[in-house]
Amino acid sequence: MKKGKQGNTNAAVPKESLWKQVVKHWEFYVLLLPGILVTIIYKYIPIYGIQIAFRDYNAVDGFFGSAWVGLKWFQRFFGNYNSVRMIRNTILLSLYSILWTFPIPIILALLINQIRQKRFQRVSQTILYAPHFISVMILCGMLRIFLSPYGGLINILGEALGFIREPVNLIDSASAFRTIYIASSIWQDAGWGTIIYISTLSSVDASLHEAAKVDGANAIQRIMHIDIPELIPVIVIQLIMSFGNLMNVGFEKAYLLQTSLNKETSEIIATYVYEQGMLKAMYSFSTAVSLFNTVVNIILLVAVNKICSKLSDVSFV
Amino acid sequence: MNRKKENGLSSEKVFNFCNCAFLLVLVVIVAYPLYYVLIASISDPYEVYAGKTFILPSKVTFEGYARVFREESIARGYLNSIYYTVLGTLVSVALIITTAYSVSKKTLPFKKTIMVFYVITMYFGGGLIPTYLVVSRTGLLNSVWSLILPGGVAVYNVIVARTYFENSIPEELYEAAAIDGSSNLGTFFKIALPLAKPILAVMVIFTMVAYWNDWFTALIYMGEKSKYPLQLALRQILIQSQATATMMGNMDGGYAEANKITELIKFASIVVGAVPMLIAYPFVQRYFEKGFMAGAVKG
Repeated sequence: MKKGKQGNTNAAVPKESLWKQVVKHWEFYVLLLPGILVTIIYKYIPIYGIQIAFRDYNAVDGFFGSAWVGLKWFQRFFGNYNSVRMIRNTILLSLYSILWTFPIPIILALLINQIRQKRFQRVSQTILYAPHFISVMILCGMLRIFLSPYGGLINILGEALGFIREPVNLIDSASAFRTIYIASSIWQDAGWGTIIYISTLSSVDASLHEAAKVDGANAIQRIMHIDIPELIPVIVIQLIMSFGNLMNVGFEKAYLLQTSLNKETSEIIATYVYEQGMLKAMYSFSTAVSLFNTVVNIILLVAVNKICSKLSDVSFV
Repeated sequence: MNRKKENGLSSEKVFNFCNCAFLLVLVVIVAYPLYYVLIASISDPYEVYAGKTFILPSKVTFEGYARVFREESIARGYLNSIYYTVLGTLVSVALIITTAYSVSKKTLPFKKTIMVFYVITMYFGGGLIPTYLVVSRTGLLNSVWSLILPGGVAVYNVIVARTYFENSIPEELYEAAAIDGSSNLGTFFKIALPLAKPILAVMVIFTMVAYWNDWFTALIYMGEKSKYPLQLALRQILIQSQATATMMGNMDGGYAEANKITELIKFASIVVGAVPMLIAYPFVQRYFEKGFMAGAVKG
């Protein structure tokens, strides 16, 4: 394959040995070297270090010398009465997030794409993208203030409009956690998520729309029959990517919104890994829990890819 | 026929009107929380509490800002964040571009192997603790490099940049340069880099935002408070509600008063923290929209 390409690009040059090829390209390897070194040290050595999940890590003996304990840490995790709850929380938070945050940017992009007043279109895009640039820290700070029972915006508004009689402590409420998490994600990233769809829509042939107009198709019909089919390949790819990351639900926001009172829904595997590993220094145990999470995620990723490659034979390409 | 056409046009107009109205409402909903924070940050906290600051500030005061600017941790956090962001962006973008350029070379032996080597790290990693232990063993704790190196090479960006190099820079240019006797490195600096400016801009912007907003890496690796970036300084105020003594300062009045001042400080520090990105972003908007197009992975 590679040799075939080689022959195509400079057909006149006789085939050289692999070694000569490598030497000829030495400068590229010099450019590649720093990245490869960093990746080996900070990506691959930690992967090798995952074996501490099966050992009783101590600093003196290190990654490879600590005593082998087999599945002890996994047994401890599954023996914990909270483990099922954590797995459930992780999957539910992720699933609900995808369910809500996935379709909204698509609808939004279709609508924005229909706007004729270009100035209004630009300005609304600029404003809708803006929250994406706010850090998770600031977002969670804002949420904590807005949801506070002491003069928080949501409570003041709720009382002013007569929805609630007395202030509700939303930030500590386990039943409100997922709603808060997802609603704030929509606020922050729905606009940003439209970019990829809008740029796909902008490549749609304008004459298609003109022809449809002449045939008497109204705006909604044109969206249904021209725009949406154009978006389907992108939608499928985006969907694969979100399901492929199902178990990697955003740790940062869950952690920053977590209080001792809402743990019933806010404690996910990632926050537990951090708590056990960094705060309690249970290195081996934390690594085992994290490894479990990664393995589940990889199984999901492979499964979703399989399903989609089957589907895609039918629906696109 | 004529009537039908008129009907069609007017239904089109109705749709357009509804569409614009709907989006206008959305824009207001998205912008309002930010606007509310802005007014609340310059209003008397009692007025905010009483719900009198929905549209306009009430009993304007700059007390919150005065206290935030007096706070050492915020100022230091700002300086630290600027330093980390500038250095981190330089290193990360250099890693992305050199890698992307090299793997875009069609004749490079082991090109595929190198890409597989990188793509694996997108889906599989050592996780929190093994990475922490390696960072700690390599002596990076409390150093700016602990924020930069463990992130490695941003593989997704490498793929985007590689696509750009492959599709937007014609092979003939490289060949011409080779005939003129330019070395491969010379070609990289004199031809590839200048032509890659648009994608370079996109990479710089995305990387900068990521470094500026990052707090978790610093939380793990930066034990010393004097090295906290802005986001961690904000964490103390916003999440942990630790207004420091310098901020509370000369305060008369009791616990309730203190509580109100804390709220005011929170609003002010949100504005102070969010403003740099929100002001900078509209100016670079056209770059990242272009970047999405340029990097769109071809089927």
